[in-house]
Amino acid sequence: MPTDGVNKKRRRFLVATTSVVGAVGAGFTAVPFIKSWKPSAKAKAVGAPVQVPIDALEPGQILKVQWRGQTIGILRRSEETLGLLSAVDADLRDPESQESDQPAYAQNEGRALREEYLVVNMHCTHLGCIPQMIPEVGAQPFEENWKGGFYCPCHKSKFDLAGRVYKGVPAPANLKIPPYSFLDDSTLIIGVNPEGAV
Amino acid sequence: MAKPDNTSEKSSNALLAWFDARLPVTAFWNNVMTGYYAPKNFNFWYYLGSLALMVLVMQILSGIFLTMHYKPDAEMAFASVEYIMRDVEWGWFIRYLHSTGASFFFIVVYLHMFRALLYGSHRAPRELVWIFGMLIYLALMAEAFMGYVLPWGQMSYWGAQVIINLFGAIPAIGEPLTEWIRGDFFISDATLNRFFALHVIALPLAILGLVMMHLVALRENGSNNPDGIEIKANKDENGIPVDGIPFHPYYTVKDIFGAGFFLMIFAFVIFFWPEAGGLFLEHDNFIPANPLVTPEHIKPVWYFTPYYAILKAVPDKLMGVILMGVSVAILFFLPWLDRSPAKSIRYKGTWYKILLGLFTIAFVRLGMLGMAEGTPAQTIEMRIWTFVYFAFFILMYFISPGGKTKPVPERLTH
Amino acid sequence: MKMKPFAVIFSLAVMLFAIAPAFGAGGGNLQHANINIRDTAATQRGAKLFVNYCMSCHSAGYMRYQRLVDDLGLSEEAVMNNLVFSDAKIGETMDASMRPEDAEKWLGKAPPDLSVISRSRGADWLYTYLLTFYQDESGGWNNQALPNASMPHVMWQMQGIQKPVYATDAEGHEAVDHLVLHQAGLQTPEEYENTVRDLVTFLEYLGEPAQVKRKNVGVWVLLFLAFFTMIAYLLKADYWRDVH
Repeated sequence: MPTDGVNKKRRRFLVATTSVVGAVGAGFTAVPFIKSWKPSAKAKAVGAPVQVPIDALEPGQILKVQWRGQTIGILRRSEETLGLLSAVDADLRDPESQESDQPAYAQNEGRALREEYLVVNMHCTHLGCIPQMIPEVGAQPFEENWKGGFYCPCHKSKFDLAGRVYKGVPAPANLKIPPYSFLDDSTLIIGVNPEGAV
Repeated sequence: MAKPDNTSEKSSNALLAWFDARLPVTAFWNNVMTGYYAPKNFNFWYYLGSLALMVLVMQILSGIFLTMHYKPDAEMAFASVEYIMRDVEWGWFIRYLHSTGASFFFIVVYLHMFRALLYGSHRAPRELVWIFGMLIYLALMAEAFMGYVLPWGQMSYWGAQVIINLFGAIPAIGEPLTEWIRGDFFISDATLNRFFALHVIALPLAILGLVMMHLVALRENGSNNPDGIEIKANKDENGIPVDGIPFHPYYTVKDIFGAGFFLMIFAFVIFFWPEAGGLFLEHDNFIPANPLVTPEHIKPVWYFTPYYAILKAVPDKLMGVILMGVSVAILFFLPWLDRSPAKSIRYKGTWYKILLGLFTIAFVRLGMLGMAEGTPAQTIEMRIWTFVYFAFFILMYFISPGGKTKPVPERLTH
Repeated sequence: MKMKPFAVIFSLAVMLFAIAPAFGAGGGNLQHANINIRDTAATQRGAKLFVNYCMSCHSAGYMRYQRLVDDLGLSEEAVMNNLVFSDAKIGETMDASMRPEDAEKWLGKAPPDLSVISRSRGADWLYTYLLTFYQDESGGWNNQALPNASMPHVMWQMQGIQKPVYATDAEGHEAVDHLVLHQAGLQTPEEYENTVRDLVTFLEYLGEPAQVKRKNVGVWVLLFLAFFTMIAYLLKADYWRDVH
């Protein structure tokens, strides 16, 4: 079988071209399969934003809803509670919320869009248990100087009433804040950022 | 011809050499690719083996991804298929890949088997290639049947009903057997679930194993060819068949082209004609299974209809089942039924062209009749073609030893 | 070899002849819907007809409202305001107002879900069905495409009322030969045909919402494959120059 110089060059070119086009084709074919793993229309519908009416929420009361499989707590905080937040800064791991997960509009002391309402993902950042809310200031079995907050029974992590994590507990970060906004003064919507916000 | 450099067992490439010291990588490659000499006169009919393998791979891939979303529960199955078609991104594409692939598998396999009838690929010493192929065919029919039940449409349900009831025709054990197959007193969730398990893992494993044996048996004697002569009868001074060419690169390159052409036809159906006029996706299967409503016209998918026609041709249920079984089983004996000195149709006399032509028409016509309602006129015609179908095998056995042949050449012609 | 090509062509002809009837298996007397699935305006009008006239009884339970936004160029607001009459959210499915249990009680049989009706019956059948409701001797509704259907003619106000003209058929039975318009409706027959065509266009879309995308993607896929096959052919031809 004759294999002269010209033949070899053309042959190499054709092999290379076929391989490249074939690889491109294989790549295109892979795309639908990979995309089929994305959340389906059903998942998106189930994971749709949740509207929460908050007109009946009293100060000191917490309301819990489900959004995308997570328990979201909506806590109406009193003036007094808000005043106490700065006092515990020294005991907190991340008082400025620099390492934790929240939208830009919730990176403030109260960790909220409107400081009266704390909208927080209730899952402990350690291993996912739901902490108990113990808002009263006073001695607790687990803590002499309890200033009010969330206490996780699983491994004893503690968070203040802005969801900020205390030092010396297993949980590594502040409780997460989900995206949310106010549809009007009596309705929250979990899952949608305010217009113009990131 | 220059001495080929593909006889070494090890590679000079360092990475490859590391593997070669631990696995027979280069040796295997030389054995089945560069050192495997195939006849140089392969024509259109010789694309179908590699195409069948490609369709198998596509069915497994698309099947795996369907299993990620499908629910094998009688209450949820139909809805889960529509979920795939609508809510899963590109789900419709994966579904059509699988449904079109199922039908194309049979188109390819039937043509692939026909090649054997043309050129005598099933004859000695390749009988086991044929036998393993027949076993693959049986497994494929079971696989397709069970797969068709999974969408749980009217045809899924009632098709399963009819086919499983055939087993009831077996004397004495028939009724308990059908109950055992169903896992219930009627076709139900239990039946669906076990068919799912068999379809997704048991039969694919069996098919893969059988395909491997099929290829090993083929490698043992090498391929046949359109002239039906053994190329190993003529070797050069290096022991290489003079009419042989290394499978790689010549047939790898040819099969890649064949694959591209095939994929064009395949893609046309997927994107422009997925239902194929009701042949690939039957209209009645878009109605959810309803045990209380029997469809006007129950029929299997097109690739089963030739055998279904043979079943319908016989008035007695048990005899019909037996004859249908024999019509498939008789294919196993083909290597021993053709006793002509010439393997290929090219060198057999006109008698064979007539026999094979009639057999082909019978098979196709039976397939068409299997889809029809079964009027008295059609039933008569089914009986005629059933007779022709069996006559092919019987007549071949008796005519082939003395049937006229042309002189078989020494070397490949074209 | 003269015989082999002949055999191939002959077999192909036989096969084509064999499968030909499968294509025409639509039934003899159907009128042609002549829908254009790419006519988004028609599909939108059809959607409106569907939710207004069909969805009191029939669900389209596999279809989400969100899809109408994605495929038909409608805004979420337009869909929620014009097409959603229940408290369903945009991502939820198009379910009927009537519960299946009530439907069985009131109508004898739950009206079937229509999500894939176009795939089991076909556009022509649906078109014919919606055009051939008539009032029979009992004063109730009947239908030429589906005799003794339990469904009333929900769009009768648009079409008007048709009555049957009987004739003796080949076997000597009295059968409906054709229908005549007995009482005019709000639409002329031509207008009503267009209305039905819009609805059937929507039903065809409903059966397979990805239809248009499928065909659009298909064009590119075939072009790519043609290109690849051509290059693969050149590669094959080059290597096979060696073989004689």
